[in-house]
Amino acid sequence: MKLRQGQFSFLPDLSDDDIRVQAQYAIDNGWAVSVEYSDDPHPRNTYWEMWGHPMFDNPDAAAVVFEVNECRKEHGGKYIRVIAFDASPGWESIRMSFIVNRPATEPGFRLVRQEGEGRVVRYTIESYATREPEGQRYA
Amino acid sequence: MNDMSSNQTIADGKKRYSAGVLKYAQMGYWEPDYTPKDTDVIALFRITPQDGVDAVEAAAAVAGESSTATWTVVWTDRLTACDKYRAKAYRVDPVPNSSGEYFAYIAYDLDLFEGGSIANLTASIIGNVFGFKPLKALRLEDMRLPVAYVKTFQGPATGIVVERERLNVYGRPLLGATVKPKLGLSGRNYGRVVYEALKGGLDFTKDDENINSQPFMHWRDRFLYCMEAVNRASAATGEVKGTYLNVTAGTMEQMYERANFAKELGSVIVMIDLVIGYTAIQSMAKWARDNDMILHLHRAGHSTYTRQRSHGVSFRVIAKWMRLAGVDHLHAGTVVGKLEGDPATTKGYYDIFREERNPMALENGIFFDQDWASLNKMMPVASGGIHAGQMHQLLTYLGEDVVLQFGGGTIGHPHGIQAGATANRVALEAMVFARNAGRDIWNEGEDILRDAAKTCTPLKQALDVWKDVSFNYASTDAPDFAPTPEVSM
Repeated sequence: MKLRQGQFSFLPDLSDDDIRVQAQYAIDNGWAVSVEYSDDPHPRNTYWEMWGHPMFDNPDAAAVVFEVNECRKEHGGKYIRVIAFDASPGWESIRMSFIVNRPATEPGFRLVRQEGEGRVVRYTIESYATREPEGQRYA
Repeated sequence: MNDMSSNQTIADGKKRYSAGVLKYAQMGYWEPDYTPKDTDVIALFRITPQDGVDAVEAAAAVAGESSTATWTVVWTDRLTACDKYRAKAYRVDPVPNSSGEYFAYIAYDLDLFEGGSIANLTASIIGNVFGFKPLKALRLEDMRLPVAYVKTFQGPATGIVVERERLNVYGRPLLGATVKPKLGLSGRNYGRVVYEALKGGLDFTKDDENINSQPFMHWRDRFLYCMEAVNRASAATGEVKGTYLNVTAGTMEQMYERANFAKELGSVIVMIDLVIGYTAIQSMAKWARDNDMILHLHRAGHSTYTRQRSHGVSFRVIAKWMRLAGVDHLHAGTVVGKLEGDPATTKGYYDIFREERNPMALENGIFFDQDWASLNKMMPVASGGIHAGQMHQLLTYLGEDVVLQFGGGTIGHPHGIQAGATANRVALEAMVFARNAGRDIWNEGEDILRDAAKTCTPLKQALDVWKDVSFNYASTDAPDFAPTPEVSM
């Protein structure tokens, strides 16, 4: 299973130069780029851990690639994503998000069905990896 | 009797209100010196007067019939502040290159309208007046909605920004597909299409406008199978997925029942059709806001009145009304697909959906500055005869905040629905990547797609099958003004 979150997850894995080019696009648009990591890939896990603050005043995407690689040193066995924040009026939200690092194996998600009345089913999606405590997943 | 050749308002009260028939201009519906107030609603009509009817009198008649007037003088006007309630035609211009047609600008005082009611607004502006005999044809081209009035509406229940946050999808257009065939699939078979398309890489699938609750598939059955498909696909990809469950029904009670069931099942989105009417749309928008639901509107029926240039209501006006009414998604044309829409006019629609403020842009058919007063943005939906091979054109014309819906272009893939969905997703991501990397996607688009297809067989197959498909017909609804340096500034 390949986690398909982010805007480039159907493309071959991005090289460091690909990451630089995309991060530079964000910077040139005036967006602050940030690096985040997680070992909980649930589609509604909104808050990945922040690898430092968004890089608000950084003009050079090489610094983003540097931070991605620093993050990889510590969290290379987890998911790492690059996101870009747009503070302009009417947006004030994320404008880009793409995965730049994945665990070596991605076991995927279990779909849990709880049968209810009238054929209604309550669905729960559970990452196989998150059965282990945080920090011990994807070991 | 009065001098019927004059367009001057009759100032003398005794003459003005003596029983009988006056020209509308003489009754005070033509005020060439009038400067619209910031709080006035302004409508721009394209009028085609009957032969021998003066354009100014025709414009005054439209102002009259869409506000206070009737065909004869009534003394009861004098019990009211009638100068205020009379709509005022204040400008009439001949339409460029269209003899016999005129643009009439008409201003309406804000107090003519009930706040927060599209039904009330439209009952005046497109009420009796469209059947008025002295006109051969009448078209409502555009409206300026004052901020004071905009603020009386809820606006889109969710909006583009929050929709993206809920779906966890940023930086690329969303992808969808309408389930085909649109009629006849059983619930079980229908859900199969949903599952395959979502698993293959789409964000959304969609009921078609006429899928409600028919003998071959009742609504509960469809909802249950669709949600099984949505959740299976979500587990297979780790993404939030959705399917537009069409809750359109014969009564509001039935629509609420269906919408509530969709919510109970965990759907992120429900859908309605334009034919349910403005009030029903506003009710569903309120329901959607109250229930954290994205609201998709299919514009079923709009072409009966939006398509012809001389008569009806322009789609840009419908788009403005729908932004007020509070839907999140609305179909707005593809430019390159099978349905009506030239690039300049379509850009005007997209701007109405997505911008905080629309400056006047005659070359896109936008006649007024319009401030949206922080109402949420609507997500335009592009569907109808589009395929992966057009991705560079779609991204160039339509931008990033749009749902690209490939129905046939997904389900008709020679190697199946999943392959079709994957082809579209890979084409999209490759094109966004290339655009961000600074490539000239308009000119290099085909190369970019061919390169992406090297590592994606489904995309290669899609490009081979649909490479020659395009829909090049003359548009029936293009702007009247060509871009000039002065206008496009």
